[in-house]
Amino acid sequence: MEDRQYKMVHCYVNGKERAAMVDVRSSLTDMLRNEFGLTSVKKGCEVGECGACAVIIDGDCYDSCIYLAVWAEGKHITTLEGLEGPNGELSDIQQAFVDETAIQCGFCSPGFMLEAHHVLKPGVIYTDDELRKKLSGHLCRCTGYENIMRAVKKTMYQRAGMEMPVEEDRIPLSVPIEDGKVVL
Amino acid sequence: MYDIKALYEAYSVEEAVRLLAAHPEAQIIAGGSDVLVQVREGRRAGKELVSIFMIDELRGVTMEEDGTIRIGSLSSFHTITYSPIIQEHLSVLGEAVDMVGGPQIRAIGTIGGNTCNGVTSADSASTLMALDAVMEVIGPEGKRLVPIADWYKGPKKVNLGPAELQTAILIRKESYEGYKGHYIKYGMRNAMEIATTGCSVNVKLSADKKTVEDVRIGYGVAAPVPIRARTAEANAKGKPADAETAAAIGRDVLLDVTPRNSWRASKDMRLHLCSTMAQRAFTEAVRKSGGEI
Ligand SMILES: Cc1cc2nc3c(=O)[nH]c(=O)nc-3n(C[C@H](O)[C@H](O)[C@H](O)COP(=O)(O)OP(=O)(O)OC[C@H]3O[C@@H](n4cnc5c(N)ncnc54)[C@H](O)[C@@H]3O)c2cc1C
Ligand code: FES
Ligand code: FES
Repeated sequence: MEDRQYKMVHCYVNGKERAAMVDVRSSLTDMLRNEFGLTSVKKGCEVGECGACAVIIDGDCYDSCIYLAVWAEGKHITTLEGLEGPNGELSDIQQAFVDETAIQCGFCSPGFMLEAHHVLKPGVIYTDDELRKKLSGHLCRCTGYENIMRAVKKTMYQRAGMEMPVEEDRIPLSVPIEDGKVVL
Repeated sequence: MYDIKALYEAYSVEEAVRLLAAHPEAQIIAGGSDVLVQVREGRRAGKELVSIFMIDELRGVTMEEDGTIRIGSLSSFHTITYSPIIQEHLSVLGEAVDMVGGPQIRAIGTIGGNTCNGVTSADSASTLMALDAVMEVIGPEGKRLVPIADWYKGPKKVNLGPAELQTAILIRKESYEGYKGHYIKYGMRNAMEIATTGCSVNVKLSADKKTVEDVRIGYGVAAPVPIRARTAEANAKGKPADAETAAAIGRDVLLDVTPRNSWRASKDMRLHLCSTMAQRAFTEAVRKSGGEI
């Protein structure tokens, strides 16, 4: 067995200065989960395909599963926990995911919400195609993406201070029922 | 935890060369989006790695005094796409690397890694071929410049000696001034997909926009390594910038390409792609240059 190599890593996580002694073989996912208890950072594919482990590092979104923990030295890192208010209040994007039922098993949700938060600059409106491209590094096995797109769009319009346009072809989520019969 | 035998971190090019010379078995890791995946797959498990990720001097796009565009090897795809210099002078390269993987891969993946992996499907490779890029390499003997035509030595093999690393990709002024280019990536999906075939065409038109003064056609996955379609290029030079020339290019490239069957696509499918994509990329590049076609 080789002698194990360890290194002290200093960084800023969700606005706080942090330090940890890590095995140099650790991924950033390992460090954030095991050293700092940030379990919103999920272990999905661990090869950069699914986005479940996404975090924001110095202003861009990265998959922390293909990022060495030692590279975090001096970096500013945001995880989903960093979007919550001081008393655990949900941020706008998290509330939109709840309201639009954009979550089923929830495994992809932290990555999607963090990416959406990063992508949605106040006042900037993207087309559906642009949004799809910006979210394309995230896989969801459950929702079929429709509600995720709706939650992201809703937040986009909110951040721009605009009403979200009515979607003509939207299938109603709940069917109106009167006297035990579906009203069409 | 990755299965890595040892990690050596370099903070300068000199330190990287020293570490590589001291650990001849060690492999370079830049952004790690190939290396760390291969460590997980087991293909590169248990290896010593020299990390060059922290060498900040290798990041960024600059213009040198003689007009050469210098792209530091550690520049990420995002850095390249959002660079004002690239947007103004080399928009085709910014567009090509914006088709790599997904946003998080474009944040971490570097152009150095994309050309040092020696992979034929690398999205930057065909465009860099079509731009006559020059690779700057530094090693124990000092610096050398390698034209991209001498870079690829075989599948996954590039022109790098012991303890050498690529430090920059240079695009000379005469290679981009007056040229416009277009890249087409064919894949089964719009994102998170390796190219089935990729084609990048650069054209330079005459002053009246009617004649093809020069054309350069680069391919990925049309041969075991990225290639140029020299026959088609030579035949198209001096011809009118019209649909007939585009069709001739589509035929002539078949004399240059040698694609294979793979699980992604058959040889016949790729031959068809090579022909159609060259025609379309040429047509689009002529339009971008102000030609009517
Ligand atoms: C999910 C996913 C999707 C992807 N999609 C695409 C895609 O669509 N198109 C595409 O082209 N690629 C794709 N890739 C592959 C990869 O992202 C790119 O090839 C990227 O450019 C590699 O750069 P890197 O810095 O991460 O390289 P690394 O993994 O660090 O290195 C790659 C290779 O180059 C060597 N190397 C790196 N830098 C240097 C240097 N400066 N000098 C000498 N040797 C060096 C390394 O030793 C290694 O052999 C994808 C990868 C993933 C994980
Ligand atoms: S776990 Fe990192 S991308 Fe899937
Ligand atoms: S909600 Fe289950 S993977 Fe997206």
